[in-house]
Amino acid sequence: MNRDNSYAAVSARNSEIIKNATGIDYSVYETGGIAFDYERMMSDTGYSLEDIIEIQREVGVGNTPLLELKNITELVRKTSPKGKGARIFVKDEQCNPSGSFKDRRAAISVFQAKKLGYKGIAAATSGNYGAAVASQAAMRNLDCIIVQECFDSRKVGQPEILEKQRKCECLGAEVIQLSVGPELFYTFLRVLEDTGYFNASLYSTFGIAGVETLGYEIAMQCREMLGRDPDYVIATQAGGGNLTGTARGLIKAGALNTKIYGASVDLKGLHMASDNDFNKKSFTTGHTGFGMPYATNPDHADVPRSAARTLRYMDAFLTVKQGEVFYMTEVLSNLEGMERGPAGNTSLTAAFALARELDEDQIIVVQETEYTGAGKHPLPQLAFAKHNCIEVKFGNPDEEIPGLDIILPDHPSLITARYADMEKLKKSYIKNAVHHVGATKANEEDIEFLIKDTKSNREFVIETLNSLNVDIIV
Amino acid sequence: MSTSVKKGQWVQVHEIVLKPEERTAKIPDDTKKVPLELWVKGFLNEDSNMGDTAEITTITGRKVSGTLVDVNPVYKYGFGDEYVPELLKIGLQVKKIVRGEEK
Repeated sequence: MNRDNSYAAVSARNSEIIKNATGIDYSVYETGGIAFDYERMMSDTGYSLEDIIEIQREVGVGNTPLLELKNITELVRKTSPKGKGARIFVKDEQCNPSGSFKDRRAAISVFQAKKLGYKGIAAATSGNYGAAVASQAAMRNLDCIIVQECFDSRKVGQPEILEKQRKCECLGAEVIQLSVGPELFYTFLRVLEDTGYFNASLYSTFGIAGVETLGYEIAMQCREMLGRDPDYVIATQAGGGNLTGTARGLIKAGALNTKIYGASVDLKGLHMASDNDFNKKSFTTGHTGFGMPYATNPDHADVPRSAARTLRYMDAFLTVKQGEVFYMTEVLSNLEGMERGPAGNTSLTAAFALARELDEDQIIVVQETEYTGAGKHPLPQLAFAKHNCIEVKFGNPDEEIPGLDIILPDHPSLITARYADMEKLKKSYIKNAVHHVGATKANEEDIEFLIKDTKSNREFVIETLNSLNVDIIV
Repeated sequence: MSTSVKKGQWVQVHEIVLKPEERTAKIPDDTKKVPLELWVKGFLNEDSNMGDTAEITTITGRKVSGTLVDVNPVYKYGFGDEYVPELLKIGLQVKKIVRGEEK
């Protein structure tokens, strides 16, 4: 059989390839308009929260410790106005088999792939998710291919990405390494089509349902340790699955008053698909280059409808600077004796900033840590930055310019909460949702959907639709 | 000039997936000027020379052809090839603050 494997031909087969590789017919959730049936799509995984807990326990995933960061809380209080300084707790997700919360997501996709009889599983990721899929595939005796954006055109790769590649290979997976560019998806589709493997998409329902246990555990552990729910849970925001799944788990646990904050590293000015900018970033995930577009345009993912819908759940979005996250990574090591991250400490950095604004009786939970080691550590990452002509210095992180310098705060009191404009994000989301289906009109179902998907209200949605010249039919 | 590599050795091959002119429109100009490249590792299927087009069998059993570029590729990163002394200051600073020794 000779298939046309040109870029255009493979892209045209996208829907069919994804359907075969996920076992999901996404068309059944469409309404024909802006709305789609998100909750039905989520419940069609066929797994209850209890089922997911059981699947994860079988493979040693989840049930990670919740630890109070007492010295960091003390540091907050010593550097904040009197009476301020919330207590900070962290969910030590590095205790999962491959060293990050991503095992929760991979566990369900791999279980599903096995159940449906696939011989192997594939994922397109340069992050910890690759190792998670490789690890889970090993446990369930499936072959595994990870497709990774890895090098610039000089074949130079960031130490963090190279480490993630090594880890996948050492867990028995094949890693296809690519140079910079969104056409990675083309290579990925060809792999799926040629191998017939399951697509462990980060944006599939399985990938999100697996994170629900994280939010659920946080609520249960807080009730046991503190007798109440946390006031704030902070999740690092990239593709949105981390925040979405955690929030859904908290809701399933009945923690309805807990606020969900997202946090991303500010990489403003660096283009994600630029060959030149590729190695000027010291963070390869958890940054605004993913965090913003995936919040405002979730459906540009590798499945037709993303299950990761940030704005449906996020109450506020904080940005932090690269220098601040490296600084907090050192603080976590030196004050708490926990070597973790750095990328996973994005939400810790945001928590530190937020804690300085809150009263002492408030509780913040940082919902993840990740493993660290060669390549994935401030030492190699800052050494690499210096080699790429990025200046590493102490100063005021507010003045940091991504791609030019990394400013380690002169003092921890310089780590401050920077709030993204949620209204702007929500408007941008609605615009993208309209464009996604080429809508010229919106009915009651569309409006209800947009209200839920932006956690806003009717007036806001109708006003935004009007500004986009979309006719309202009610 | 060429090195003979034996069948069965663990190697890396390279291929051009898309030439610059085949790349999609929605990418920055600097990326448009360079090809989309791919590297993958596997066991060499026939004796070959470095720089030749060679076929490999990957760890999942796929057969892939490309230019032979490396044999027994090593992981060269570690904890950086220069020390970053700036990091030392952070731990000392925050310990002082927590212990109430900050001036």
